[in-house]
Parts: sequence; C-alpha cells; structure tokens
Amino acid sequence: MTAPHEVSRRGFLGRIFSAGALVIAAPLATKLGAQPDATSADGKVWQPGVYLGIEPDGTVKIVAHRSEMGTGCRTGLPMIVADELEADWARVQVIQAAGDAKYGSQDTDGSCSVRDFYDALRAAGASARTMLENTAAAKWGVPAEECAGQNHFVVHAKSGRKLAYGDLVAAASAAPAPARNDIRFKSPSQFRYIGKDMAIVDLDGLVTGKAAFGIDARMPGMVYAAIERPPVMGSALKTCDDAAAKLVKGVKQVVMLDLAKPPYGFQALGGAAVIADNSWAALQGRKKLKVEWDLGEHAGYESAAYRKTMLDTARQPGRVARETGNVDAEFAKGGKIVEASYYTPMLAHVAMEPPAAVAEFKDGKVTAWAATQNPQAVQETVAHALGIHKEDVLCHVTLLGGGFGRKSKPDYVAEAALLSKQVGKPVKIVWSREDDIRFDYFHSPAALYMKAAVDEKGRPSAWLQRSVFPPIAMLFNANEQYGGFQLGMGWTDLPYVIPNLRVENGPAKAQVRIGWLRSVSNIYHAFGVQTFTDELAAAAGRDRVEYLLELIGQPRIIDFAKEGVKQGGPDNPKYPFDTGRLRKVIELAAQQSGWANKKAGNGRALGIAAHRSFLTYVAAVAEVEVHGGEIRIPRVDVVIDAGRVINPDRVKAQFEGAAVFGASIALMGEITAAGGQIQQSNFDRYPVARMNEAPVETHVRIVESDAAPAGVGEPGVPPIAPAICNAVFAAAGKRIRELPIKKQLS
Amino acid sequence: MIQMTVNGKAMRFEGDPEMPLLWYLRDELELTGTKFGCGMGLCGACTVHVNGEAARSCLTTMQAAAGKTITTIEGLSSQGEHPLQKAWKACNVPQCGYCQSGQIMQAAAMLRSKPKPSDREIDDQMQGNICRCGTYQRIRRAIKMAAGVQA
Repeated sequence: MTAPHEVSRRGFLGRIFSAGALVIAAPLATKLGAQPDATSADGKVWQPGVYLGIEPDGTVKIVAHRSEMGTGCRTGLPMIVADELEADWARVQVIQAAGDAKYGSQDTDGSCSVRDFYDALRAAGASARTMLENTAAAKWGVPAEECAGQNHFVVHAKSGRKLAYGDLVAAASAAPAPARNDIRFKSPSQFRYIGKDMAIVDLDGLVTGKAAFGIDARMPGMVYAAIERPPVMGSALKTCDDAAAKLVKGVKQVVMLDLAKPPYGFQALGGAAVIADNSWAALQGRKKLKVEWDLGEHAGYESAAYRKTMLDTARQPGRVARETGNVDAEFAKGGKIVEASYYTPMLAHVAMEPPAAVAEFKDGKVTAWAATQNPQAVQETVAHALGIHKEDVLCHVTLLGGGFGRKSKPDYVAEAALLSKQVGKPVKIVWSREDDIRFDYFHSPAALYMKAAVDEKGRPSAWLQRSVFPPIAMLFNANEQYGGFQLGMGWTDLPYVIPNLRVENGPAKAQVRIGWLRSVSNIYHAFGVQTFTDELAAAAGRDRVEYLLELIGQPRIIDFAKEGVKQGGPDNPKYPFDTGRLRKVIELAAQQSGWANKKAGNGRALGIAAHRSFLTYVAAVAEVEVHGGEIRIPRVDVVIDAGRVINPDRVKAQFEGAAVFGASIALMGEITAAGGQIQQSNFDRYPVARMNEAPVETHVRIVESDAAPAGVGEPGVPPIAPAICNAVFAAAGKRIRELPIKKQLS
Repeated sequence: MIQMTVNGKAMRFEGDPEMPLLWYLRDELELTGTKFGCGMGLCGACTVHVNGEAARSCLTTMQAAAGKTITTIEGLSSQGEHPLQKAWKACNVPQCGYCQSGQIMQAAAMLRSKPKPSDREIDDQMQGNICRCGTYQRIRRAIKMAAGVQA
C-alpha cells in the first residue's frame, strides 16, 4: 500500500526505530482525569505511552499521537519534546501514530492537545536528555550536573569536551530511566523552540500536492463505494431496485448495509452501497438506484416550526443550572426590565475534505487509513460493527483536510470496513459534498431567552438566562433533551458580578444527529450573552467597553461552586477563571482597535465581544461597513491570553481562521430541514465565507504569559459573531437577535 | 480514445468520456494533489490548468480535455520552486492545506494574465476558491509577495 506516513503496522517500534535506537517511554496524560502530576515523584505515573527514539546516527524520531487538521499540533507537540531534549530540529522526524490506547486519549478535539500533553511531552524530552547527560558524565568521569545537552550534543563546558547524541545512544539505552525527581528540566528562559515561530513539518508537501490526506489513501486492489443513506434519521428501507445501477460502466455490485438504530452514536448509517472501479462510476451508479424508504418518526421535522417551539420553550421555566440570590423577587420590584430572545440555526461543518477512508477486512482483522480526529474511536466503532476486538482494528491516521469536530465521529470508517467485509476487497469511501452536508452531525440550533432588571445606569440587579438546544448527548441516549456538559460552555460560567442570577436550560428533542462543531455551545451562548450585554449598554447609553468591564467587575478568581453553579461548571483547579485576564484582553483589544477614537459614521462602526472558552480568554473587536443589505468586515482585532503558547505563528493562524469561521456563522450559515430532510447540499445553498466576504485583515495579539497552556483551536470562534452583530447595530441601528445576519438585513 | 498531455506526458484514456478530469487525475493517474471539494465548481479545490487557463477539473469532462495540455500542482514546478510556492511557504499560508493546491493553481493562472494584481483583482480572481480554515489574508499576502507588489 502507499503509506501516507511512515507508520505501517502494529508494533511499529521495530519498524520505525532500528534495533540500536534508544526508546523513551514517557508518562501520559489522559484526557479524562487520571492525569499524572508532572511534579509527583510517584513512580506509578511512568507508563508506556508517548515515545521518542534516538537512532545511532543521531536521528530523533518523535511520535505525534494527535491528529493534524490544520491546528499545527503535528508540529507543536514534537517541538515540546525536541526542546526539552535539546534536539536539532533539522534532525527530527515526526512519525504519525496509529490508534492505540497506550497513547492515552488521541481524540483531537476540545482544544486540548497541548494543555493535556505539555507536561508529559516535556518530561519525555527532558528524561531522554538527562539520560544522555548522565551517560556522557560517566564516560568523562565528571558530575552529571556539569554536563548539558545542547543542540544534539552533550557538552562539558569546563573541559570543552562534547559528544554527539547518536554516539551516546548505545550506552544510554542500557542505563535506567531517571526517577521523576532526577529529571533535569529546562527553565523557560532556556527554551529553544517553545514560544518561537516554527514552520509546520508538512509545509513542503502541502504546497506541492504531495501531502497525503484521507481521500488520497490507497490500498492495492481497492474498490470505490458510494452509499445511498436513509434520507431522514431513522428511515427504514422498503425496496431497492439496483438493476439500472448495475448497468453503469465500472459498477461491480450493489450491497446492502444494515441501518443504524438509536441511539445513533458513531454507527454507520447504513443503506445501499454501489461498488465500482473508480469514484465516478460509484457516484453515477448511485444516481441510478431506485430506493424507497419508510421515512419514520422524524419525517415531520420542519426546522421553521422547530425554531418557534424552541423559542417558546425558552420563555418557560427550565432546569436551574446556577442560582444566586432571588431573581424573581428582584424582577417583581417593578424596576426597569430589559428582555430579549435570540436564535441561532443549525450548522454543518463542511471541512474542505469530506469524510474519507479506506479499509480492508482480512483474516478477521481490519486495517484502515482514515482522516480521523479519533483513531481509537475508529477502533471501537469498527470493532463493534464487525464483531471483532478493537485490538484487531489498525487505524492509521492521515492528514485531515479540516475536521472542526466532524471527523471525531468515525461512522464513515465503519462504512468502509463493513463494505470490505462484504465484498472481500479493500474499500475506499469518499463522501460527496452532498453526503457531507445532508448527513452531518449538525451543530444544534439554539433558542435563548435573556432578562435583566437594571438601574438608571444600566447596572443589572437581577439576570436570568435560559438556553434551549437539542443536546449532543442524544447520540448516546436518544431521549436526552437537556444540555448537560454543554452548559459549562459559556453559560453557567458567566463571569459577571450580579447579585441575583439564575441560569437555566430547557428541553429540546433532537430530530437529526447532533454533534460538536468548533467551539460547540460557546457559539450560541456567547452570542446571547455578548449581544444582550450590548443591548443593556445601549439602553443605558453607555460605552460598550466600559460597560462590559463594569459587569465583569474587579480582577478576581471566580469560585463557581460558591457562585451557585449546580451543574456543568468549570472545575479544573489548574485553570481558575481569572477575571483580571479577561479584563486585560478586553482593554488591549479596545486599545489595538482604536476603540476610543474611531467614531461610528457612514455605515461604519466597531463592535466588541469577549468570551473565555477552552480555558483561553479572548476579546474581539470587529469593524463593519453596512450599506443596505451588504456588509463588509474590513478589520478584526483579536487579543488572546492562552497561557504559554508553543508556536505563536500557528496560534495566530488559528485566530485568523477563527475570525473567518465566525464570520461564516454570523453572516451566512444556516441549515434547514423540511419533511425531516436537510434542504442544503452544497456550497451554493450552504455558503461559507469566501475571500471577498471574510474579514479583510485580522490582527491577533497574544498576551505574554507563563500560565499553563490553554486551548487555541476553538476559542477564537465564539466572540466573532456577537462582535460583528454589535458592530452592525452601532453602524446601522439594526439589532441582530437571530443568525445569520444576511437573512436579517435583506 | 482520448489523448491529452498531463504534466508534460502524453496520456491515453479509453473510459467514460463524460467522466470528470478530476477523477482521472486522482483515481487513475494517482495525481492526488488535485482535490475533490464539491463536484459542482463551487469551491476551487480541484483547480488545474487546461492549456494554461485555470479550470475546475470536477466540471471538465475527459471529452472536453481531449487534445489539451493539463498541468496539475505536481507539474507546476519540479521542486516546489514556483514563486507562489515559495511565497506560500514564506507566509506560512496553509493550515490543514487541503485547498491550497487549488488556491496556488488559481493564483498562478491569474499572475500569468495579471502579473501585478490589485487587491480587488485578487479578490475577484480568488473568490471561487474556498478555504474553510480561513487563510485568505495570508493567501493575499503571499500572492502580493510573489507578484512583487506592495503588501
């Protein structure tokens, strides 16, 4: 097979590292707690996991165990190892890991690759360097503390002697790994790569067309499949006439896949699959299928009516997720009340590379190459679908042509594996754009209700907010209608100082598969909170920045348990909510954008929004021009505090991109359904921002920080839509309470 | 039988003349640098040069490509040394990188007819190429760098 990356089989260490290589096992942080404390001397935290190896020729091989979908983690994570190792970056090779539980979580979502593995990867690099230093010291008969790893050599400064890493490998590999307390870590001032702009390792391949994505993976003798899937969630197949499809040149056969049953989870949806010699023949054959469906219980799903129901639900009492003081008593006092409802529609991910994989079932085992954010979920899902052990599923990870959360769900890999079992050959599956949009795991629509009692200066004495959305949990419990963990995403963690506060969540029954999309519930929660904040400031005639800072209050660490959070609150003590950091990004964004001096006029104005998500503080100021139904965004200023950042240029790129992603959400994104079927199917009716529609220039400033690293892939998205909407109000007097804007302006 | 030149090599094709050039390049010639994105000419990921002009290979049938000279990203330069490829690297344009073959091929065709494009001309010529990661401002910067116009 043509291997997109070097890892080519299970037990790959023997293949990628020669017999003489020094192989280092590092402690592994796992995503779901049980995270070893990097400062702990407890020997139990040493476990097989992230590997690096040094070949006798000095080549350093670092295993990237997370998926590269554009965030730069395939470069950033190895930078951390190489830095502590004092490796020469030119002599580092990055090896992409296959799915394997020994790595801990490989689920590349939640903006956590760096923050969950920073300590473990530093320990891996520092441990190896300590061993090399100890080995050189023993050879020279000098104290190890006098020896230092420096750019691929161990150097003894006093005597001027030095030894290359490669020359130390044989002796170092026979030495015991250092105990936790004996590892010599670098101080941040000594960092060689961390905090420096580094080109991504795949850059050459990406500009020459040589980089391999899931859609590019091949296996010898593979055939191509296109699947006619159930048009409405839960449809049952009545009849399938495949006679005409089989007559298409290149079509080999038509096979049936069992239909998924609720809860849908990551199951393949099932349907009728056309197997062909090439992609085109498979697609042509599929068009000729005559399939009849019994559409089932969700055929009555109309997104317009569903929107109204959700907005009504948001006006009814819901489940309380956070409460302090007595909101109702305050509202009953008869003071000034401001209230508003907001709505955001369903969204599709539309990564430029649609879901794609190739898989072969042979001798009871599956080998797959997939553009996946989560190769271990591939193992579990494929194993369950085929009735084999997950250890018998080998999932290689290619580059991903975007992910945004869609490729965390491996239903498409299960399709390829199931089809391979039926046809006895490797099967390549590439979703068409129509498949991708119609059968997505959709970002949920949401309705929000906000209400505040305010004094003459607009200061709220009581604040009620209620959100309603079909939850992601429907994937695993078909009847779940409440938000659960999603409430911690910009809702229960409201950072304002308000004496009487209640945060609620109302029910919504899912009618399609719901999934997570870049920044998830923060999208609508930030839209509601940051737009409503702007409305309150406007009602009181206040400067928006000054008002926002006043609501946030003086710098403090918020203890959410003491501030009434009952569920879905942030609970990671390593990352307390520090309102001082939030204030600072707001102040800097105002300064950088020229907030104080740029006055609105001629349809042009600024709008601000700030939001903390994935532990990162972000403020965005959008400058917009509104002329009739036309809107242009000449500039966005973004200031972030993400703690220590690894590769600043890639972090800036994430926030530049998030401004474009957020602009798509604000301006034009909307998925609708009629008769249970999705009404959009390609970029004509589901547009995303193009060059002439995106913010022209996004200026990103990263606040210098030595705080623990936080997320960067997602937190740039939430403040963009409210910042744009607030700017539209300032520019044109039109309050946007429902997205997308283009529908409101036209 | 259909004949054409792909990246300087003479090719013969005997399959379905209605098949888009995209799938011939990808599935048969294994020139996978040209990407599938929409199949309707809406996203530009599949952009190649047909007789020197930018064309969407997902809409170009084999019949329509007959007798033509096709250049894909793999044939744009031998070692990735086209001025645009160099500028793309200098500006660190790609994030996921999937759309970038099409972006570069579109920009290369533009520079042939407009060696010193204005911002407006860049927007006009590049708006058919979607980048979901949102690298547009760096694409614009890289095009200007390659063209030697003021950034």
